[in-house]
Amino acid sequence: MDNLALTIAPLVAASINAGTPLMLAALGLLVNEKAGVVNLGAEGMMLVSAITGFAVAVNTGSPTLGFLAGAGASMVLSGFFAWLTVWLGTNQYATGLALSLFGAGASTYIGLKYVGNSLQNGRFGIPFLEDIPVLGPALFRQHPMVYLSLLLCLAIAWFLYRTRAGLVLRAVGESPASAHALGYPVRRIRLAAVLFGGACCGLAGAFLSLVYTPLWVEGMVAGRGWIALALTTFATWRPARVVGGAYLFGGITILTFHAQALGVPVASQLLSMLPYVAAIVVLVLISSNANYIKLNMPASLGKNFNPGA
Amino acid sequence: MAKFALRLEARPSPSRLMAWLSPVLAVLLTVLCGALLFMALGHDPLAGLAVFFVEPLRDAHGWSELGLKVAPLLLIAVGLAICFRANIYNIGAEGQLTLGAICGGAAALHLDDGVGGAAIIGVSLLAGMAGGMAWAGLVAWLRDRYNASEILVSLMLVYIAQLLLSYLVYGVLRDPEGFNFPQSKLLSDGLLLPMVVADTRLHLGIVFALLASLGGWLYLSKSISGFRLRVGGMAPAAARYAGFSSRKTLWSSLLICGALSGLAGACEVLGPMGQLTPTVSPGYGFAAIIVAFVGRLHPVGVIFSSFVMALFYIGGELAQSRLGLPSAITGVVQGILLFALLACDVLIQYKLRWRKHG
Repeated sequence: MDNLALTIAPLVAASINAGTPLMLAALGLLVNEKAGVVNLGAEGMMLVSAITGFAVAVNTGSPTLGFLAGAGASMVLSGFFAWLTVWLGTNQYATGLALSLFGAGASTYIGLKYVGNSLQNGRFGIPFLEDIPVLGPALFRQHPMVYLSLLLCLAIAWFLYRTRAGLVLRAVGESPASAHALGYPVRRIRLAAVLFGGACCGLAGAFLSLVYTPLWVEGMVAGRGWIALALTTFATWRPARVVGGAYLFGGITILTFHAQALGVPVASQLLSMLPYVAAIVVLVLISSNANYIKLNMPASLGKNFNPGA
Repeated sequence: MAKFALRLEARPSPSRLMAWLSPVLAVLLTVLCGALLFMALGHDPLAGLAVFFVEPLRDAHGWSELGLKVAPLLLIAVGLAICFRANIYNIGAEGQLTLGAICGGAAALHLDDGVGGAAIIGVSLLAGMAGGMAWAGLVAWLRDRYNASEILVSLMLVYIAQLLLSYLVYGVLRDPEGFNFPQSKLLSDGLLLPMVVADTRLHLGIVFALLASLGGWLYLSKSISGFRLRVGGMAPAAARYAGFSSRKTLWSSLLICGALSGLAGACEVLGPMGQLTPTVSPGYGFAAIIVAFVGRLHPVGVIFSSFVMALFYIGGELAQSRLGLPSAITGVVQGILLFALLACDVLIQYKLRWRKHG
């Protein structure tokens, strides 16, 4: 019994760690999509913020500055995306794709100098709580960003469902024409939501290169941006469900690593497929329930709004 | 104080001229951004542009290398143009290409008798097409039956396909005499695609690509099925009213695209590569998305845009060897091209006006 608990604690801790970047990105994308804008550029933004955050942290020695730089770089990209889609009315899907392709190239380019560098991470822990047997090592020895991401989830849930501004943001995603008629600045609200989504994706990317792996490898985001996009559907656009989904995916990722270590006789490449297979399965399960999707999906998701027309 | 501002003014009807001009403008804008990028990196912009746009076109060798890259881009872009026309956002062509390379390569390796011949090549190419179709068919099935987003499913399948390829070349398809390198045996010479131009690497793939472009054009503009597909993409409500099946459109567009992408993958293996390795494509499946858009989703238009994109690939390689620039610059330039096109397309619906504010 004790032994089981001792093996499970580090697995839980690692799953939470692996789920955190997915959660950060998916929470940002959720707010983004609640305002009616879908940003397929998440993968590209995460790549650029991963290398920007890493480069800044290596050069300044400050991980905090790294996180800020990552969020900033991603916000710049998402601002450009918003200008194209929200103001010029370009197709959201195509523009997001362009952002992902651009981000992949740009991050590789910026990152050339930093391949092979690595960062030292200290130990983190919440005093006293971390000493609780089993529970302490599993839950209370995480990077501060892990706890911040949970606070972020609470803040977003409160904002969306308990504040007037959150109501307006959801109205913009449901029916921009009505929101416009009521006098709300639809485009500015969408810009703000996209910038927020960008910042969250930036934190997610920086988390990967500063905490999760602490190094830079070309293409290291490895589809997590797309999985985060799938997570918003999985969570039917509900913040609390994003947390569950992200940790579930973190758990699947960690299990694939440990299956190798435990000598499960399956090739590593096949195990590495699991998170992507799981993303498809989960998408299929959720999407096939039309009521679930229709009730929760922002009605004007992916549709542009032109106040002049 | 008078303030001048650039304003967008809606046109009474979309400009046909701009629809044609926008891709040209986008390419010019990308070239300009490229020049600025060279300058920012401390290179002579003119020398940089010469490497990208003049050097590859100087001799027959350059042209044949260009054709070598046009072939997969064009094959995939024709399929993607058909998908996008039907509003099916298949963005996983890279995965369909990978499956084509796996199936085509595995068939060729299995059938390789040391002699080869047209029959084995033909079977291998068909196997590649079948592989690509299976991968795209999976997307169609999950979308049709379970309403799962084709964007996300096709993309996840890219990662799965790449891991599958890696699994195979590290495993059952690995050359036992390959000093443990993760690659398959080299195919016999008789199994490689015949060359179109002697003494170059330009193989039959370019002919397939041009035929696909012609076939795609005939399909979209002359066939009933293609007509239904276009109506469904442009006006879904009208298509429903006319009784056109959106399911048929979903399946046919994805299967066509899968077959063409799979063929592109098989051609890479039976062409320039001659074996299976852990990577079969420098992102052709993703670059072809840009090619399709820049080519105006027109099966003939994509001939020109795949040429431009091939130039970027060759230019990137040359920039690496001549100027010491990283080849990742190709990806950056590709992204800029799509941004530029999307921005220029705004001018189809809107006019630019200088307006004075009081």
